Amino acid sequence: MTAVTDSEASLRLRGARAEGGAEATAKMSAADLSAWFGDKQALRRITLPLIERKVTAIIGPSGCGKSTFIRCMNRMHEVVAGARTTGDVLLDGKSVYGADVDPVRVRRRVGMVFQKPNPFPTMSVRDNVLAGLRLSGIEPPDADALVEEVLVQAALWDEVKDALDRPGGALSGGQQQRLCIARCLALEPEVVLMDEPCSSLDPIATAKIEELIHDLRDRYTIVVVTHSMQQAARVSDYTAFFYVGELVEYDHADVIFTKPSDPRTEDYITGRFG
Amino acid sequence: MTPELESAYSGRKLAARAAKTASSVAVGLALLPLFAVLAYVASQGARALSVAFFTEPIGVRGAGMANAIVGTIELVFLASAMGIPLGIAAGLYLAEYASTPLARAVRFSADVLAGVPSILVGVVVYAVVVVWMKQFSAFAGAAALAIVMLPLVTRTTDELARAVPDSLREAALALGAPRWRTAIFVVLRTAAPGIRSGCLLAVARVSGETAPLLFTAYNSRFFNESLFDPTSTLQVQIFTYTMTPNDDWHAQAWAAALVLVALVVVLNVLARRVLAEREPA
Amino acid sequence: MTQRALSTPPRLPPRSLRASVEGNGSSVDRAFGAVGAGAAGALGLVLVGVAASVARIAWPSIQATGLSFVTTSVWDPSRGTYGALAFVFGTLVTSFIALLLAVPVALGVAVFLTDLGPRRLQRPVSSLVELLAAIPSVVYGLWAALVLAPILRTTVQPALAAVGGPLFSGPNVGFGILCASLVLAIMLLPTIASVSRDVLRAVPADLREGALALGATPWDALRLVVFPHARRGIFGAVLLGFGRAIGETMAVAAVVGSRADISPSLFAPGYTMSSVIANEFPAASSELHVAALAEVGLLLFVVTVAFNVAARVLVARSREGSPRASQAGAGSGGAA
Repeated sequence: MTAVTDSEASLRLRGARAEGGAEATAKMSAADLSAWFGDKQALRRITLPLIERKVTAIIGPSGCGKSTFIRCMNRMHEVVAGARTTGDVLLDGKSVYGADVDPVRVRRRVGMVFQKPNPFPTMSVRDNVLAGLRLSGIEPPDADALVEEVLVQAALWDEVKDALDRPGGALSGGQQQRLCIARCLALEPEVVLMDEPCSSLDPIATAKIEELIHDLRDRYTIVVVTHSMQQAARVSDYTAFFYVGELVEYDHADVIFTKPSDPRTEDYITGRFG
Repeated sequence: MTPELESAYSGRKLAARAAKTASSVAVGLALLPLFAVLAYVASQGARALSVAFFTEPIGVRGAGMANAIVGTIELVFLASAMGIPLGIAAGLYLAEYASTPLARAVRFSADVLAGVPSILVGVVVYAVVVVWMKQFSAFAGAAALAIVMLPLVTRTTDELARAVPDSLREAALALGAPRWRTAIFVVLRTAAPGIRSGCLLAVARVSGETAPLLFTAYNSRFFNESLFDPTSTLQVQIFTYTMTPNDDWHAQAWAAALVLVALVVVLNVLARRVLAEREPA
Repeated sequence: MTQRALSTPPRLPPRSLRASVEGNGSSVDRAFGAVGAGAAGALGLVLVGVAASVARIAWPSIQATGLSFVTTSVWDPSRGTYGALAFVFGTLVTSFIALLLAVPVALGVAVFLTDLGPRRLQRPVSSLVELLAAIPSVVYGLWAALVLAPILRTTVQPALAAVGGPLFSGPNVGFGILCASLVLAIMLLPTIASVSRDVLRAVPADLREGALALGATPWDALRLVVFPHARRGIFGAVLLGFGRAIGETMAVAAVVGSRADISPSLFAPGYTMSSVIANEFPAASSELHVAALAEVGLLLFVVTVAFNVAARVLVARSREGSPRASQAGAGSGGAA
């Protein structure tokens, strides 16, 4: 597979450049990744690193393939009928699309937070946090401590510590989304994918989630898809701009937002389209 | 993954595989009787079919079922003529005019009516029509079948008409069209493929209905001369022959079953075809 | 055409004509509404009419037999003795056994169609299951009487008899409770499978995805997230199947054995409410006989309506979604 090593090399190069010369390792990377829904191509040959313990933001107008991209990272894309991919995605240098790779294992390591908060409505707040472990067949011995630890991490503990037995659906939208983040963190994933995590939330809840992303960046490799450039500028270390299924530009966030090299990026961030 | 997770996962993977296998076995078990029934109906029916089956009326050895075939077709046509327009009108009314508690109640009773055993519909039509006219008749049978169709057609029309976006209605109303024109020319036309398909399914369903005919259309050995005479049908004739210990009659029943199943399957396929025509767009 | 329209000013119909068009429209509108309301009302009346007219014919029997109608099981029209307990018993036993057999298989089919089966097989299997539902009851009756019953007599029932016990003893003729239950199970299967499939499909995709993204296998997702969410609807599907089983007539009438007996043996001939009506109503010997059969019909009506109402309510509620869906909707609505 020379193609993969080639693109791997170019990734390192780009990653290194992005880091300004210092060595930065890609926790995950897409290599020549294309994705389809039936006959419709949603992603065109994307090659992109996701730098370890940094926040990468993916921006672009709606329909540009940014959500599809992160759903390819943990093999959620294939859950949709008629969806397929070509190219490859690497996690710690190993393909996640290999014939012998179990998507369930990939998803254990690469967590995901969805656009619409989706706590399990038939479970309590507490059970929602533990849902990932229970789904994995594990009943943690010190469940209470774990629930508290994770909810503290997700900046939700103070708000729900007296309501742990209420159904997850009874929380406000912003709380629900932080519950979903907690549910994801309880599994100690290595990568956290967030698909427009604030798009259904009000500004105060959005601020809380952004703060949370900031706090989590030292422990996880985070990818945030967002349609808000301000949000990308606030939370990300690296930013990738997608346009109609293609990767237009990828660089340090401050470079993208101050002196983008592609005119399309410039048009987008200055609000001329999208 | 930690060893703990790893060992838990191997168990889960086993469970997942077992569940998958079990669901495939269930599909096999479900389809086994389907194939068994179809295979018997096809092979036994084909053996017993003859020209006489389609040309001679019911009788003793070697006779056919021409009058039963005519009876079934006649009843289904009559029932459709009564049930379909009434059902579409009721469904359209529910969707377009009424969002009141009354409409909800009618909707609900249509659902419940669809679940009432069809033999009770036969009892009712017997009590009302047969007793009143003092004889079994094709008309009574058709009325019973129409009542069986009614809730099916109504609910299909209602649901599909409600699925038509309001923007279309508003566009028509804003052009000055009265509501009834909007309902017929915009809503009904938009929902037409689905409603056609739903009607075909309802027709298919009553083509095989037997219980409501036992004491409405009853049975007859002759071609019926008027709608107000009893008539034989394939369905009732199959049942009558099933309950006899005579091999010749059993053979006739298989042949009739083949014709009936073919009719029902063709109607079902047509219904799906009508629906599929709209889908690619 | 366009040019003409541009060169000459558009001709408006005279005022009076427009008024008459409008007037016409609204009166047609009213008429249309009346026709529709009439049709809808007729539909509502049919249900009430069914109950009322069945009750009316049944009245002589209700008066003559009173409570003993449902507490005794001697049914002898020639001596004017009418006790329907054996029919109730036969109906409940055959329906219950049929459910016992059909529900696991139907749920297996439903999850095959939504979650566990290969995608390319889901559509054809779905069509075949619907075909199973399309075959007329009377054809199942023919098949059961001429194919299934002989198999039971020669193979299955002797094997079961070797197991022993009161359930598997008694006369072995093929026709009887077991045969009726089996053919009922076959007929219920597509109903339960397709309603359960719809209920499972109505579980929001984001819940399934949420579970999968946490590293659940498809089976884990079903067990821990989808089933708890859909259990009310699935219960409704089972009730709907039960309602259908109780009312199913022709196939049961062909193989149940037609004897008003209460026996613990599954091999024994029995009778059900619907099949006794089918067999005896056309040739009922006296007014009281007709009335007694109608009273059986009334019982049947009450039981099936009760089951259908319960089932519809459960299925509708589970389709309308969860408290979560509505609250999340309200939450995001407020934010937007």
